[in-house]
Amino acid sequence: MLDLHGYGGSILSGAVITIEVALLSLIISMILGIATALAKLSKSTIAHGIAIVYTTVIRGIPDLVLMLLIFFGGQMLVNELAYMVGYEGYIDINPFVAGVLTIGFIFGAYMAETFRGAILSVDGGQLEAGRAYGMTGLQVFRRILFPQMMRHALPGFGNNWLVLLKTTALVSIIGLEDMVRVASLASGSTQKPFTFYLVVSVIFLVFTSISVGYLQWLERRYSASVRREA
Amino acid sequence: MSETAALEVRDLHKHFNELEVLRGVSLKAQKGEVISMIGSSGSGKSTFLRCINLLEIPTSGDIYVNGEKIAMKPGKRGVATPADQKQVERIRSKLSMVFQSFNLWSHMTIEENIIEAPMQVLKLSRKEALERARALMDKVGIYEKRAYYPGHMSGGQQQRAAIARALAMEPEVMLFDEPTSALDPELVSEVLKVMQDLAEEGRTMIVVTHEMAFARDVSNKVLFLHQGLIEEQGHPDTVFNNPESERLQQFLASSY
Repeated sequence: MLDLHGYGGSILSGAVITIEVALLSLIISMILGIATALAKLSKSTIAHGIAIVYTTVIRGIPDLVLMLLIFFGGQMLVNELAYMVGYEGYIDINPFVAGVLTIGFIFGAYMAETFRGAILSVDGGQLEAGRAYGMTGLQVFRRILFPQMMRHALPGFGNNWLVLLKTTALVSIIGLEDMVRVASLASGSTQKPFTFYLVVSVIFLVFTSISVGYLQWLERRYSASVRREA
Repeated sequence: MSETAALEVRDLHKHFNELEVLRGVSLKAQKGEVISMIGSSGSGKSTFLRCINLLEIPTSGDIYVNGEKIAMKPGKRGVATPADQKQVERIRSKLSMVFQSFNLWSHMTIEENIIEAPMQVLKLSRKEALERARALMDKVGIYEKRAYYPGHMSGGQQQRAAIARALAMEPEVMLFDEPTSALDPELVSEVLKVMQDLAEEGRTMIVVTHEMAFARDVSNKVLFLHQGLIEEQGHPDTVFNNPESERLQQFLASSY
Protein backbone atom coordinates (compact mmCIF):
# COMPACT_ATOMS: atom_id res chain seq x y z
CA MET A 1 0.00 0.00 0.00
CA LEU A 2 1.11 3.52 -0.85
CA ASP A 3 2.56 5.31 2.18
CA LEU A 4 1.25 8.89 2.30
CA HIS A 5 2.98 9.74 5.60
CA GLY A 6 -0.31 10.88 7.13
CA TYR A 7 -1.08 13.33 4.30
CA GLY A 8 -3.92 11.21 2.86
CA GLY A 9 -6.64 13.21 4.60
CA SER A 10 -5.22 16.58 3.53
CA ILE A 11 -4.93 15.43 -0.05
CA LEU A 12 -8.54 14.29 -0.04
CA SER A 13 -9.79 17.59 1.37
CA GLY A 14 -7.55 19.31 -1.22
CA ALA A 15 -9.27 17.25 -3.90
CA VAL A 16 -12.63 18.50 -2.61
CA ILE A 17 -11.38 22.09 -2.94
CA THR A 18 -10.18 21.38 -6.46
CA ILE A 19 -13.64 20.12 -7.41
CA GLU A 20 -15.33 23.06 -5.71
CA VAL A 21 -13.15 25.58 -7.51
CA ALA A 22 -13.69 23.79 -10.81
CA LEU A 23 -17.48 23.53 -10.55
CA LEU A 24 -18.01 27.09 -9.33
CA SER A 25 -15.70 28.42 -12.06
CA LEU A 26 -17.63 26.34 -14.57
CA ILE A 27 -20.91 27.94 -13.56
CA ILE A 28 -19.43 31.44 -13.83
CA SER A 29 -17.80 30.64 -17.17
CA MET A 30 -21.06 29.25 -18.59
CA ILE A 31 -23.05 32.32 -17.60
CA LEU A 32 -20.34 34.66 -18.91
CA GLY A 33 -19.93 32.51 -22.01
CA ILE A 34 -23.60 32.51 -22.97
CA ALA A 35 -23.98 36.22 -22.20
CA THR A 36 -20.88 37.02 -24.28
CA ALA A 37 -22.02 34.81 -27.14
CA LEU A 38 -25.42 36.53 -27.20
CA ALA A 39 -23.68 39.92 -27.02
CA LYS A 40 -21.48 39.00 -29.97
CA LEU A 41 -24.58 38.07 -31.97
CA SER A 42 -26.64 41.06 -30.86
CA LYS A 43 -27.36 44.14 -32.92
CA SER A 44 -26.14 46.47 -30.15
CA THR A 45 -22.73 47.83 -31.11
CA ILE A 46 -21.84 48.50 -27.45
CA ALA A 47 -22.58 44.94 -26.28
CA HIS A 48 -20.77 43.61 -29.34
CA GLY A 49 -17.73 45.81 -28.66
CA ILE A 50 -17.45 44.80 -25.00
CA ALA A 51 -17.69 41.13 -25.94
CA ILE A 52 -14.95 41.47 -28.57
CA VAL A 53 -12.58 43.24 -26.15
CA TYR A 54 -13.26 40.65 -23.44
CA THR A 55 -12.60 37.58 -25.58
CA THR A 56 -9.60 39.14 -27.32
CA VAL A 57 -7.87 40.23 -24.10
CA ILE A 58 -8.56 37.06 -22.12
CA ARG A 59 -7.65 34.62 -24.85
CA GLY A 60 -4.47 36.56 -25.61
CA ILE A 61 -2.91 36.45 -22.13
CA PRO A 62 -1.53 33.32 -20.40
CA ASP A 63 -3.80 31.98 -17.64
CA LEU A 64 -0.95 32.10 -15.12
CA VAL A 65 -0.20 35.76 -15.82
CA LEU A 66 -3.89 36.64 -15.55
CA MET A 67 -4.18 34.78 -12.26
CA LEU A 68 -1.21 36.66 -10.78
CA LEU A 69 -2.40 39.94 -12.22
CA ILE A 70 -5.91 39.62 -10.82
CA PHE A 71 -4.93 38.19 -7.43
CA PHE A 72 -1.92 40.37 -6.56
CA GLY A 73 -2.74 43.34 -8.75
CA GLY A 74 -6.40 43.18 -7.73
CA GLN A 75 -5.40 43.04 -4.06
CA MET A 76 -3.39 46.25 -4.41
CA LEU A 77 -6.08 47.96 -6.43
CA VAL A 78 -8.78 47.11 -3.90
CA ASN A 79 -6.66 48.40 -1.02
CA GLU A 80 -5.69 51.61 -2.83
CA LEU A 81 -9.35 52.26 -3.55
CA ALA A 82 -10.32 51.49 0.04
CA TYR A 83 -7.59 53.85 1.28
CA MET A 84 -8.84 56.58 -1.05
CA VAL A 85 -12.34 56.39 0.39
CA GLY A 86 -10.87 56.59 3.87
CA TYR A 87 -10.65 52.92 4.93
CA GLU A 88 -7.58 52.40 7.14
CA GLY A 89 -7.46 48.60 7.51
CA TYR A 90 -6.02 46.03 5.08
CA ILE A 91 -8.40 44.05 2.88
CA ASP A 92 -7.34 40.47 2.20
CA ILE A 93 -8.77 38.87 -0.91
CA ASN A 94 -9.84 35.32 -0.21
CA PRO A 95 -7.75 33.07 -2.52
CA PHE A 96 -10.72 30.74 -3.03
CA VAL A 97 -12.93 33.57 -4.28
CA ALA A 98 -10.09 35.05 -6.34
CA GLY A 99 -9.34 31.66 -7.90
CA VAL A 100 -12.95 30.92 -8.78
CA LEU A 101 -13.51 34.37 -10.25
CA THR A 102 -10.29 34.36 -12.28
CA ILE A 103 -10.80 30.90 -13.74
CA GLY A 104 -14.47 31.62 -14.39
CA PHE A 105 -13.52 34.85 -16.09
CA ILE A 106 -10.85 33.21 -18.25
CA PHE A 107 -13.00 30.31 -19.37
CA GLY A 108 -16.01 32.52 -20.00
CA ALA A 109 -14.10 33.80 -23.02
CA TYR A 110 -13.48 30.30 -24.37
CA MET A 111 -17.05 29.21 -23.66
CA ALA A 112 -18.28 32.29 -25.53
CA GLU A 113 -16.71 31.08 -28.77
CA THR A 114 -18.06 27.56 -28.28
CA PHE A 115 -21.57 28.85 -27.59
CA ARG A 116 -21.50 31.39 -30.39
CA GLY A 117 -20.85 28.70 -32.96
CA ALA A 118 -23.52 26.50 -31.40
CA ILE A 119 -26.14 29.25 -31.42
CA LEU A 120 -25.45 29.95 -35.09
CA SER A 121 -26.04 26.30 -35.93
CA VAL A 122 -29.64 26.40 -34.63
CA ASP A 123 -32.24 26.93 -37.36
CA GLY A 124 -33.50 30.53 -37.11
CA GLY A 125 -36.93 29.52 -38.39
CA GLN A 126 -37.50 27.41 -35.27
CA LEU A 127 -36.74 30.39 -33.02
CA GLU A 128 -39.10 32.46 -35.13
CA ALA A 129 -41.82 29.84 -34.69
CA GLY A 130 -41.45 30.20 -30.92
CA ARG A 131 -41.84 33.95 -31.12
CA ALA A 132 -44.77 33.61 -33.55
CA TYR A 133 -46.73 31.61 -30.95
CA GLY A 134 -46.27 34.30 -28.33
CA MET A 135 -43.32 32.91 -26.37
CA THR A 136 -41.20 35.43 -24.49
CA GLY A 137 -37.54 35.87 -25.40
CA LEU A 138 -36.58 33.89 -22.31
CA GLN A 139 -38.94 31.04 -23.18
CA VAL A 140 -37.54 30.86 -26.72
CA PHE A 141 -34.04 30.71 -25.24
CA ARG A 142 -34.81 28.16 -22.55
CA ARG A 143 -37.13 25.85 -24.50
CA ILE A 144 -35.84 26.04 -28.08
CA LEU A 145 -32.42 27.64 -28.43
CA PHE A 146 -30.64 26.21 -25.40
CA PRO A 147 -31.56 22.51 -25.79
CA GLN A 148 -30.62 22.61 -29.48
CA MET A 149 -27.41 24.58 -29.11
CA MET A 150 -26.21 22.18 -26.39
CA ARG A 151 -25.93 19.38 -28.91
CA HIS A 152 -23.61 21.49 -31.03
CA ALA A 153 -21.81 23.00 -28.04
CA LEU A 154 -21.10 19.79 -26.11
CA PRO A 155 -17.89 18.66 -27.87
CA GLY A 156 -16.26 22.08 -27.43
CA PHE A 157 -17.79 22.50 -23.99
CA GLY A 158 -16.32 19.17 -22.89
CA ASN A 159 -12.88 20.23 -24.06
CA ASN A 160 -13.15 23.51 -22.19
CA TRP A 161 -14.23 21.71 -19.04
CA LEU A 162 -11.25 19.35 -19.09
CA VAL A 163 -8.83 22.24 -19.57
CA LEU A 164 -10.63 24.23 -16.85
CA LEU A 165 -10.42 21.33 -14.41
CA LYS A 166 -6.67 21.09 -14.95
CA THR A 167 -6.22 24.87 -14.77
CA THR A 168 -7.41 24.76 -11.15
CA ALA A 169 -3.87 23.56 -10.35
CA LEU A 170 -2.88 27.20 -10.83
CA VAL A 171 -4.79 28.29 -7.71
CA SER A 172 -2.09 26.59 -5.64
CA ILE A 173 0.30 29.40 -6.51
CA ILE A 174 -1.95 31.97 -4.87
CA GLY A 175 -1.97 29.97 -1.66
CA LEU A 176 -5.23 28.02 -1.87
CA GLU A 177 -4.98 24.59 -0.23
CA ASP A 178 -6.10 22.56 -3.21
CA MET A 179 -4.68 19.09 -3.74
CA VAL A 180 -1.77 20.33 -5.85
CA ARG A 181 -0.70 22.69 -3.07
CA VAL A 182 -1.03 19.91 -0.47
CA ALA A 183 1.05 17.60 -2.63
CA SER A 184 3.70 20.25 -3.03
CA LEU A 185 3.91 20.81 0.73
CA ALA A 186 3.90 17.09 1.47
CA SER A 187 6.59 16.27 -1.07
CA GLY A 188 8.70 19.10 0.32
CA SER A 189 8.66 17.79 3.85
CA THR A 190 8.87 14.07 3.05
CA GLN A 191 11.25 14.30 0.05
CA LYS A 192 8.88 12.04 -1.91
CA PRO A 193 7.65 14.16 -4.82
CA PHE A 194 7.01 11.16 -7.04
CA THR A 195 4.58 9.59 -4.59
CA PHE A 196 2.52 12.70 -4.00
CA TYR A 197 2.39 14.03 -7.55
CA LEU A 198 1.51 10.55 -8.75
CA VAL A 199 -1.43 10.46 -6.36
CA VAL A 200 -2.56 13.88 -7.56
CA SER A 201 -2.21 12.78 -11.20
CA VAL A 202 -4.33 9.72 -10.56
CA ILE A 203 -7.03 11.79 -8.84
CA PHE A 204 -7.10 14.21 -11.78
CA LEU A 205 -7.34 11.27 -14.14
CA VAL A 206 -10.28 9.88 -12.17
CA PHE A 207 -12.06 13.24 -12.32
CA THR A 208 -11.46 13.68 -16.05
CA SER A 209 -12.49 10.09 -16.84
CA ILE A 210 -15.76 10.50 -14.98
CA SER A 211 -16.28 13.78 -16.87
CA VAL A 212 -15.68 12.16 -20.23
CA GLY A 213 -18.19 9.42 -19.45
CA TYR A 214 -20.79 11.92 -18.31
CA LEU A 215 -20.22 14.12 -21.38
CA GLN A 216 -20.74 11.14 -23.67
CA TRP A 217 -24.02 10.41 -21.92
CA LEU A 218 -25.07 14.05 -22.34
CA GLU A 219 -24.19 14.02 -26.03
CA ARG A 220 -26.34 10.95 -26.55
CA ARG A 221 -29.21 12.57 -24.70
CA TYR A 222 -29.10 15.84 -26.60
CA SER A 223 -28.87 14.12 -29.96
CA ALA A 224 -31.86 11.81 -29.42
CA SER A 225 -33.84 13.65 -32.11
CA VAL A 226 -31.20 13.19 -34.80
CA ARG A 227 -30.27 9.56 -34.15
CA ARG A 228 -31.21 7.28 -37.00
CA GLU A 229 -32.57 4.40 -34.93
CA ALA A 230 -34.87 6.61 -32.84
CA MET B 1 -74.97 45.79 -37.03
CA SER B 2 -71.34 45.78 -37.97
CA GLU B 3 -69.31 43.03 -36.37
CA THR B 4 -65.75 43.61 -35.19
CA ALA B 5 -63.38 42.24 -37.82
CA ALA B 6 -61.20 39.33 -36.66
CA LEU B 7 -58.27 41.09 -38.30
CA GLU B 8 -57.91 44.49 -39.81
CA VAL B 9 -54.78 46.03 -41.30
CA ARG B 10 -54.75 49.68 -42.37
CA ASP B 11 -52.31 51.24 -44.78
CA LEU B 12 -49.30 49.09 -43.96
CA HIS B 13 -45.90 50.23 -45.18
CA LYS B 14 -42.62 48.37 -44.88
CA HIS B 15 -39.19 49.58 -45.94
CA PHE B 16 -35.98 47.60 -45.81
CA ASN B 17 -33.52 50.49 -45.82
CA GLU B 18 -34.16 52.16 -49.19
CA LEU B 19 -36.27 49.32 -50.55
CA GLU B 20 -40.01 49.88 -50.24
CA VAL B 21 -41.51 46.40 -50.01
CA LEU B 22 -45.04 47.36 -48.97
CA ARG B 23 -46.54 50.67 -50.05
CA GLY B 24 -49.82 50.89 -48.23
CA VAL B 25 -51.66 47.58 -47.99
CA SER B 26 -54.97 47.24 -46.17
CA LEU B 27 -57.00 44.15 -45.41
CA LYS B 28 -60.10 43.28 -43.44
CA ALA B 29 -60.99 39.73 -42.48
CA GLN B 30 -64.34 38.99 -40.85
CA LYS B 31 -64.70 35.98 -38.59
CA GLY B 32 -64.76 32.82 -40.69
CA GLU B 33 -63.39 34.41 -43.82
CA VAL B 34 -60.63 32.82 -45.87
CA ILE B 35 -58.51 35.35 -47.72
CA SER B 36 -55.92 34.23 -50.25
CA MET B 37 -53.03 36.44 -51.19
CA ILE B 38 -51.47 35.77 -54.56
CA GLY B 39 -48.75 37.46 -56.55
CA SER B 40 -45.32 36.79 -57.99
CA SER B 41 -42.32 36.42 -55.71
CA GLY B 42 -41.09 39.78 -54.52
CA SER B 43 -44.59 41.26 -54.55
CA GLY B 44 -44.43 41.60 -50.75
CA LYS B 45 -47.13 39.09 -49.81
CA SER B 46 -44.99 37.09 -47.37
CA THR B 47 -43.60 40.27 -45.83
CA PHE B 48 -47.17 41.49 -45.34
CA LEU B 49 -48.11 38.29 -43.54
CA ARG B 50 -45.00 38.50 -41.34
CA CYS B 51 -45.84 42.10 -40.45
CA ILE B 52 -49.24 41.05 -39.14
CA ASN B 53 -47.71 39.13 -36.20
CA LEU B 54 -44.74 41.50 -36.03
CA LEU B 55 -42.08 39.03 -37.07
CA GLU B 56 -41.25 42.00 -39.27
CA ILE B 57 -41.87 45.41 -37.76
CA PRO B 58 -43.99 47.52 -40.13
CA THR B 59 -42.58 50.96 -40.92
CA SER B 60 -46.06 52.42 -40.54
CA GLY B 61 -49.68 51.36 -40.50
CA ASP B 62 -52.15 49.99 -37.97
CA ILE B 63 -53.05 46.42 -37.09
CA TYR B 64 -56.20 45.46 -35.17
CA VAL B 65 -56.85 41.96 -33.88
CA ASN B 66 -60.46 41.50 -32.78
CA GLY B 67 -60.71 45.27 -32.51
CA GLU B 68 -57.57 45.60 -30.35
CA LYS B 69 -54.93 47.82 -31.88
CA ILE B 70 -51.27 46.82 -31.61
CA ALA B 71 -49.64 49.80 -29.92
CA MET B 72 -46.53 51.18 -31.60
CA LYS B 73 -44.16 53.90 -30.49
CA PRO B 74 -41.52 55.86 -32.37
CA GLY B 75 -38.08 54.31 -31.90
CA LYS B 76 -34.53 55.02 -33.01
CA ARG B 77 -34.06 56.83 -36.35
CA GLY B 78 -37.81 57.27 -36.79
CA VAL B 79 -38.47 53.53 -37.08
CA ALA B 80 -41.56 52.46 -35.15
CA THR B 81 -41.23 49.71 -32.52
CA PRO B 82 -43.89 47.85 -30.54
CA ALA B 83 -44.78 49.85 -27.42
CA ASP B 84 -45.62 46.87 -25.25
CA GLN B 85 -43.86 43.55 -25.72
CA LYS B 86 -46.42 41.83 -23.44
CA GLN B 87 -49.22 42.94 -25.77
CA VAL B 88 -47.27 41.69 -28.78
CA GLU B 89 -46.87 38.27 -27.16
CA ARG B 90 -50.56 38.13 -26.24
CA ILE B 91 -51.64 39.08 -29.75
CA ARG B 92 -49.23 36.64 -31.34
CA SER B 93 -50.76 33.83 -29.30
CA LYS B 94 -54.05 34.59 -31.08
CA LEU B 95 -52.48 34.57 -34.54
CA SER B 96 -51.01 31.16 -35.25
CA MET B 97 -48.62 31.02 -38.16
CA VAL B 98 -47.89 28.07 -40.41
CA PHE B 99 -44.53 28.41 -42.14
CA GLN B 100 -43.29 27.42 -45.55
CA SER B 101 -40.49 25.32 -44.07
CA PHE B 102 -42.67 23.96 -41.22
CA ASN B 103 -40.25 25.14 -38.50
CA LEU B 104 -41.21 22.32 -36.17
CA TRP B 105 -38.90 22.18 -33.15
CA SER B 106 -36.53 19.43 -34.12
CA HIS B 107 -35.52 18.42 -30.58
CA MET B 108 -39.11 17.60 -29.62
CA THR B 109 -41.41 14.82 -30.73
CA ILE B 110 -44.55 15.75 -32.65
CA GLU B 111 -46.66 15.50 -29.52
CA GLU B 112 -44.21 17.67 -27.55
CA ASN B 113 -44.22 20.20 -30.39
CA ILE B 114 -47.98 20.52 -30.19
CA ILE B 115 -48.29 20.86 -26.40
CA GLU B 116 -45.32 23.24 -26.06
CA ALA B 117 -46.88 26.64 -26.78
CA PRO B 118 -50.24 25.86 -25.11
CA MET B 119 -48.34 24.93 -21.93
CA GLN B 120 -45.75 27.73 -22.04
CA VAL B 121 -47.87 30.56 -23.40
CA LEU B 122 -51.48 29.70 -22.54
CA LYS B 123 -50.40 28.03 -19.25
CA LEU B 124 -52.50 24.93 -19.88
CA SER B 125 -51.79 21.92 -17.70
CA ARG B 126 -49.96 19.04 -19.36
CA LYS B 127 -53.14 16.96 -19.22
CA GLU B 128 -55.29 19.60 -20.92
CA ALA B 129 -52.64 20.27 -23.55
CA LEU B 130 -52.27 16.55 -24.27
CA GLU B 131 -56.02 16.14 -24.68
CA ARG B 132 -56.06 19.01 -27.15
CA ALA B 133 -53.01 17.69 -28.97
CA ARG B 134 -54.39 14.16 -29.34
CA ALA B 135 -57.66 15.38 -30.82
CA LEU B 136 -55.78 17.59 -33.28
CA MET B 137 -53.28 14.93 -34.28
CA ASP B 138 -56.20 12.68 -34.99
CA LYS B 139 -57.87 15.39 -37.03
CA VAL B 140 -54.86 16.00 -39.30
CA GLY B 141 -54.08 12.29 -39.50
CA ILE B 142 -50.73 12.05 -37.73
CA TYR B 143 -51.78 10.44 -34.46
CA GLU B 144 -49.68 7.34 -35.18
CA LYS B 145 -46.62 9.57 -35.60
CA ARG B 146 -46.98 11.36 -32.27
CA ALA B 147 -43.78 9.92 -30.78
CA TYR B 148 -41.70 10.66 -33.91
CA TYR B 149 -39.22 13.48 -34.21
CA PRO B 150 -39.89 15.86 -37.13
CA GLY B 151 -36.72 14.76 -38.90
CA HIS B 152 -38.14 11.27 -39.34
CA MET B 153 -41.29 12.34 -41.15
CA SER B 154 -42.20 13.35 -44.70
CA GLY B 155 -42.72 17.02 -45.54
CA GLY B 156 -46.46 16.56 -45.83
CA GLN B 157 -46.67 14.92 -42.41
CA GLN B 158 -44.48 17.65 -40.93
CA GLN B 159 -46.68 20.39 -42.35
CA ARG B 160 -49.82 18.68 -41.06
CA ALA B 161 -48.15 18.45 -37.65
CA ALA B 162 -47.29 22.15 -37.89
CA ILE B 163 -50.95 22.92 -38.64
CA ALA B 164 -51.97 20.89 -35.57
CA ARG B 165 -49.42 22.89 -33.55
CA ALA B 166 -50.97 26.12 -34.82
CA LEU B 167 -54.51 24.90 -34.07
CA ALA B 168 -53.55 23.92 -30.52
CA MET B 169 -53.37 27.64 -29.69
CA GLU B 170 -57.07 27.95 -30.64
CA PRO B 171 -56.19 31.06 -32.61
CA GLU B 172 -58.53 33.82 -33.75
CA VAL B 173 -56.78 33.98 -37.11
CA MET B 174 -54.45 31.52 -38.82
CA LEU B 175 -51.67 32.86 -41.02
CA PHE B 176 -50.37 30.50 -43.71
CA ASP B 177 -47.08 31.52 -45.32
CA GLU B 178 -46.83 29.50 -48.55
CA PRO B 179 -47.59 26.27 -46.68
CA THR B 180 -47.16 23.97 -49.66
CA SER B 181 -44.25 25.60 -51.46
CA ALA B 182 -41.56 23.45 -49.84
CA LEU B 183 -43.41 20.18 -50.47
CA ASP B 184 -42.88 17.56 -53.14
CA PRO B 185 -45.79 17.78 -55.61
CA GLU B 186 -47.35 14.49 -54.50
CA LEU B 187 -47.54 15.71 -50.89
CA VAL B 188 -49.26 19.03 -51.61
CA SER B 189 -52.80 17.65 -51.74
CA GLU B 190 -52.74 16.09 -48.25
CA VAL B 191 -51.91 19.49 -46.76
CA LEU B 192 -54.45 21.36 -48.90
CA LYS B 193 -57.11 18.87 -47.85
CA VAL B 194 -56.49 19.69 -44.18
CA MET B 195 -56.61 23.42 -44.95
CA GLN B 196 -59.85 23.02 -46.87
CA ASP B 197 -61.41 21.24 -43.88
CA LEU B 198 -60.35 24.13 -41.66
CA ALA B 199 -61.92 26.64 -44.03
CA GLU B 200 -65.15 24.67 -44.06
CA GLU B 201 -65.41 24.63 -40.28
CA GLY B 202 -65.29 28.44 -40.27
CA ARG B 203 -61.71 29.25 -39.34
CA THR B 204 -60.48 32.72 -40.17
CA MET B 205 -57.48 32.23 -42.45
CA ILE B 206 -55.06 34.44 -44.35
CA VAL B 207 -53.26 32.30 -46.89
CA VAL B 208 -50.27 33.39 -48.94
CA THR B 209 -50.13 30.82 -51.69
CA HIS B 210 -49.10 29.79 -55.18
CA GLU B 211 -51.88 27.20 -55.29
CA MET B 212 -54.34 28.92 -57.62
CA ALA B 213 -56.88 26.11 -57.37
CA PHE B 214 -56.98 26.50 -53.60
CA ALA B 215 -57.33 30.29 -53.85
CA ARG B 216 -60.13 29.90 -56.38
CA ASP B 217 -62.11 27.10 -54.74
CA VAL B 218 -61.68 27.66 -51.02
CA SER B 219 -61.31 31.38 -50.34
CA ASN B 220 -63.98 34.04 -49.91
CA LYS B 221 -61.73 36.76 -51.16
CA VAL B 222 -58.56 36.96 -53.23
CA LEU B 223 -55.95 39.72 -53.06
CA PHE B 224 -53.47 40.13 -55.87
CA LEU B 225 -50.32 41.92 -54.76
CA HIS B 226 -47.93 43.58 -57.16
CA GLN B 227 -44.85 45.57 -56.15
CA GLY B 228 -46.09 46.24 -52.64
CA LEU B 229 -49.63 47.31 -53.55
CA ILE B 230 -52.95 45.52 -53.91
CA GLU B 231 -53.43 45.57 -57.64
CA GLU B 232 -56.78 43.84 -57.61
CA GLN B 233 -59.05 42.15 -55.10
CA GLY B 234 -62.46 40.59 -54.92
CA HIS B 235 -64.44 37.39 -55.00
CA PRO B 236 -62.43 34.52 -56.48
CA ASP B 237 -64.89 34.08 -59.35
CA THR B 238 -64.39 37.67 -60.45
CA VAL B 239 -60.65 37.74 -59.87
CA PHE B 240 -59.99 34.50 -61.72
CA ASN B 241 -62.61 34.70 -64.48
CA ASN B 242 -62.71 38.42 -65.21
CA PRO B 243 -59.39 39.93 -64.12
CA GLU B 244 -59.38 43.66 -64.85
CA SER B 245 -55.75 44.57 -64.52
CA GLU B 246 -53.34 43.60 -67.22
CA ARG B 247 -50.76 42.46 -64.67
CA LEU B 248 -53.20 40.05 -63.04
CA GLN B 249 -54.14 38.70 -66.48
CA GLN B 250 -50.46 38.09 -67.21
CA PHE B 251 -49.89 36.56 -63.77
CA LEU B 252 -52.82 34.18 -64.13
CA ALA B 253 -51.80 33.23 -67.65
CA SER B 254 -48.35 32.25 -66.41
CA SER B 255 -49.69 30.42 -63.35
CA TYR B 256 -51.71 27.80 -65.16
